[in-house]
Amino acid sequence: MINKYINPTKENLNTYLTIGLIFISYSIIDVFLNSFFKINITSFLPSLLSFLLPLIFGFIGLYLIRIEYSGVKKLDIINKNINTNNFNAILTLFIIFVIIKSLPPLLSWFIIDANFAGDTKEACTGTGACWTYIKIWFRRFMYGMYPNAEQWRINLSFISLAALGSVGFFATDKFKKYLTLYYVVIYPVIAFLFIFFFISGGRVFFDFSYGIIAAVISVIIGFFIPKFKLYYFLIVPLTFYILLKHVFFSDELIELGMMEGLNWVETGAWGGLSLTFIISFFCLIFCFPIGMALALGRRSDFPIIKYICIGFIEFWRGVPLITVLFMSSVMFPMFLPEDFFIDKLVRAVIAISLFEAAYVAEVIRGGLQALPRGQYDAAKSLGMGYWKMHIFVILPQALKLVIPGIANTFLALVKDTPLIFVVGLLEIVGMLNLAKTNPQWLGFAMEGYVFAALIFWIICYAMSKYSYNLEQKYKTER
Amino acid sequence: MNSKIKKLIPQLLTLAFVALIFGFFSYNAQLNMENRGITFGYGFLSQESSFDVQFSLIEYDGSHTYFRAYLVGLLNTILVSVIGIIIATILGVLIGIARLSPNFLINNFAAFYVEFFRNIPLLLQIFFWYFAALRALPLPENAEAIFGVSYLTIKGFYVPAFIWENFDIFFYSIVAAIISIIVIRIYAKKLRDTEGKQLPVFYISIGLLIILPLISFLFGGVNLSFQIPQLKQLALTSFIYEGGVSIPPELIALTLALSLYTATFIAECVRAGIQGVSKGQKEAAASIGLTPNQVLKLVIMPQALRIIIPPTTNQYLNLTKNSSLAAAIAYPDLVLVFAGTALMQTGRAIEIVSITMLTYLSLSVSISIFMNWYNKKIAIKEK
Amino acid sequence: MFKLIKQLTSLVAVFAVLIGFTTESMAAKKSKTLKNTQKQGFVKCGVSQGLPGFSNADAAGNWTGVDVDVCRAVAAAVLGDASKVKFTPLSAKERFTALTSGEIDVLSRNTTWTLSRDADIGLTFVGVNFYDGQGFMVRKNSGISSVNDFKNGISACTNIGTTTELNMRDFFNSRGISYEPVAFEKADEVVAAYDAGRCDTYTTDKSGLAAQRTKMSNPDDHIVLPETISKEPLGPVVRQGDAVWEDIVRWSLNTMIEAEEYGVNSANADMMKTSENPAIKRIVGSEGEMGTALGLDNDWSLRIIKQVGNYGESYKRNIADTGILPDRGPNEIWTKGGLLYTPPAR
Repeated sequence: MINKYINPTKENLNTYLTIGLIFISYSIIDVFLNSFFKINITSFLPSLLSFLLPLIFGFIGLYLIRIEYSGVKKLDIINKNINTNNFNAILTLFIIFVIIKSLPPLLSWFIIDANFAGDTKEACTGTGACWTYIKIWFRRFMYGMYPNAEQWRINLSFISLAALGSVGFFATDKFKKYLTLYYVVIYPVIAFLFIFFFISGGRVFFDFSYGIIAAVISVIIGFFIPKFKLYYFLIVPLTFYILLKHVFFSDELIELGMMEGLNWVETGAWGGLSLTFIISFFCLIFCFPIGMALALGRRSDFPIIKYICIGFIEFWRGVPLITVLFMSSVMFPMFLPEDFFIDKLVRAVIAISLFEAAYVAEVIRGGLQALPRGQYDAAKSLGMGYWKMHIFVILPQALKLVIPGIANTFLALVKDTPLIFVVGLLEIVGMLNLAKTNPQWLGFAMEGYVFAALIFWIICYAMSKYSYNLEQKYKTER
Repeated sequence: MNSKIKKLIPQLLTLAFVALIFGFFSYNAQLNMENRGITFGYGFLSQESSFDVQFSLIEYDGSHTYFRAYLVGLLNTILVSVIGIIIATILGVLIGIARLSPNFLINNFAAFYVEFFRNIPLLLQIFFWYFAALRALPLPENAEAIFGVSYLTIKGFYVPAFIWENFDIFFYSIVAAIISIIVIRIYAKKLRDTEGKQLPVFYISIGLLIILPLISFLFGGVNLSFQIPQLKQLALTSFIYEGGVSIPPELIALTLALSLYTATFIAECVRAGIQGVSKGQKEAAASIGLTPNQVLKLVIMPQALRIIIPPTTNQYLNLTKNSSLAAAIAYPDLVLVFAGTALMQTGRAIEIVSITMLTYLSLSVSISIFMNWYNKKIAIKEK
Repeated sequence: MFKLIKQLTSLVAVFAVLIGFTTESMAAKKSKTLKNTQKQGFVKCGVSQGLPGFSNADAAGNWTGVDVDVCRAVAAAVLGDASKVKFTPLSAKERFTALTSGEIDVLSRNTTWTLSRDADIGLTFVGVNFYDGQGFMVRKNSGISSVNDFKNGISACTNIGTTTELNMRDFFNSRGISYEPVAFEKADEVVAAYDAGRCDTYTTDKSGLAAQRTKMSNPDDHIVLPETISKEPLGPVVRQGDAVWEDIVRWSLNTMIEAEEYGVNSANADMMKTSENPAIKRIVGSEGEMGTALGLDNDWSLRIIKQVGNYGESYKRNIADTGILPDRGPNEIWTKGGLLYTPPAR
């Protein structure tokens, strides 16, 4: 009915367009002045009306310029986009309104009224954020309670590990076939040794490390032996284990060979963002192979193995991570012999790895299921055995399919690391909580949380973008 | 015969390996417990708990048993989960649909929301809401009334309490309304299949849902009155609101954080579902003369739901499990009350942690079973 | 057939490795906490997450407090150096499980000695190093001057899993007052909640109240109400089942107290070796074979007194001089009217 009187069409385009634009610009200027400069140009009206006036005028303006097929390209784009009908117009106005209204307080809190300089609480005099607090506590947030003088060790380890990890990008073709071996076996062991000896700075504290080193060496040797026989898997590791334990690393030799001058920093003192990275890294390394094994086991033809895997996966997927960590810190020590003491951090890493492995298993299983039966049939018809078929045909395709799923799981892993506070370790969120109750710095909880949120957001967003690119790169047409 | 043995050996090996590990653990546990003088048993559940809980849906104080404390924790967990699921679903669907809108602003606004809340850890969000946002609320004496009857303060959100007379009659009327709606729907479907006529089922359902309870109000003697919170002074500077229902800030912070976080995932599921229905379906449906509304209801939504429901149910499960993070703020859910306070007072770590994990497991397994049944029911049969 | 043999041999190997690990650890089980402590070179001590006067770390990571001094005494006795202690800060929630699991060997964390803790969870209390009671803290301007002023609907902040929670309930129930318990895991969060106004009162042991008040934004705005509503004897705890270690910790604490009873302190300990009082000679180890009975050398008590000091010195340096509780109250030697009465070291 209104259309009879006010009918914006192509004919009277210019008039309606001008009037509409006037209304719209008025409404935007009104809101802008109101929020940025606190000038109310319609203060002569009652407060509710002057508050809603820009919305009403904007709505009228948008209605007036809603001309279909006007012929002006920019106008058409705007109309099709944000002005298709009344409902859309109102939503658009609302969103613009919210954005403009919330910008000044945010800006003033973050930058204009904030304090950047100074050393103590007194330097934070403004009403805005106290970034001095973050500046002072920055080292603690990054490194936890790790002694200041030793933090170069963490930096050095991370840089070297990052450098070693990016070797894959520069490998020439000759070495490409060793890349899998490198990444799955050698690189984790090197990382482990770095963390052990360099960041911790101490002696080997449990026997399994000998076993691990022995197993790794035997796997490496196994790759170079022409006919890889199963029983090599027994003799070689056992020999190396005995050698390592009783000959190379016997106690007297440890005294001589240990790096002198590196102070022992116990794992309780590690913390901050560096701990987040360490935990994420190790959990990723462990949960991936275990998850793959579980996924394959779940789809196996052997009923016992299948049901054990199903039980395992459903168990770990059914309980919250906080109870798992709780169990690892409270119950796990009771299940071990009295003097067999496993460090807090190791227990937490094991717990999180098993937990995430169940999720990775489900993701990989989805990929395995999505492959058509034809692939299995074709591989079997070529005479491939179970393992050959999986390693060379099935898994490469399945893993390509589930890259987003695995990236999601890894993202979830990084976001789950703050739960470590249950075990007593303090990564960045834990350090925040510690800092906000420090008597000299009370009342700055907001700045701390915003800072941590920013850091996590950058890391997670970068990772999700990277996985998206990875998915695009490996997308094969099927 | 040979192949049968070949099949059996690896299985027996795995079984023996697993049995060995279990045996190793239980042997050590037994030995350790003997050494420390700890006894193993579930009898402590009938002992008096002697600690109070801040917020409980059922009648509970320190003179009740540990088992009742367990129920209190469980009910609190379910409460947070249900409220969180409802809010997250509504928000998630809205944002998912907004992501599909051609409106540039709305689309990006929703995208910004999803990217923002998804990439920040849930624990951090909970801490933020509880320690930073809700701590900034005013003290009770300074609070302003919302709609004149409720108050948002640092000690909680005080809302008017509902006081029912003859609540059971009202309840029966709701049940009757639901039953009659189901009957009408079955009848309408049969009518449509045999005669091709469409009944306006939606409007009839709404009508029934309003009219039957209204009848119970007018003729059934059901009465509803409100008890408004009143400011009461406890001391010179400490006030609370008496009467009405007080919602603890812990619950508010937890629900808010959980809903906002899970809504992002549900939004992505919804978007994937609707986008997953091929465009050809929409065009084909339009070409046989269905109205846009009918297209959405009869063609798009059923297919989209097939894609949406499994991951969404997964998200509901995640929300329920994430509610265990209440242990970080003082909300008395299952983990905090049972695996926290009760465990510390009795020292029975193995029993309590096993009961807690079993509870969460049964919840997950039942939802898994439902999902498997649903997947089988709607699966496209491949040849 | 050949494959079968291969698989069987791998099974045997797996068994062998596992048995090897098991027997090795089982053989290691026979050694006691003392042996482990001597082997690793430090005492594993569980302390609080920052309670001034009892166990608190400064910015450089040095721990001080009366609870810290108990662990240092054990280190001086067992390892000869009071600085060889590894401190693990624990919340009230994890303290007992850290002890039973072996993560720490001594829990010195202002823990109340109760029957259920002693008998039911596999721990043993070895003494009392601070006699205390539970109290309430309120804001000065609230007008509350005694617990009789508490009204229905009051909200009280406290720690989870402590005797405080249980005593609070007994107290309010016996007076018929309905209250709202708000319980956090970390003491710092409890204090922050009370400080922000979330609760009307903060309750814990009175020593804790006095200590935590120094960490608030305006310590002078708060007062501790005069009434004490329970007995809270705080003392060190060890695992049940290692009687030798129990005795060592118990008598390290007793040495500190007995030294003050006889006037032996870190300054005059060496001179006291030639005292005429046989009791003093036994305390400083110049007479008697007390050390051997405990599995240590005979200078163990002398080292404690010289490196850590006697109880009075520890109290003065940590609690009195810092202004937390200048008055020793019941924590005085029995000869001066207090409750500290130890069995004689002979």
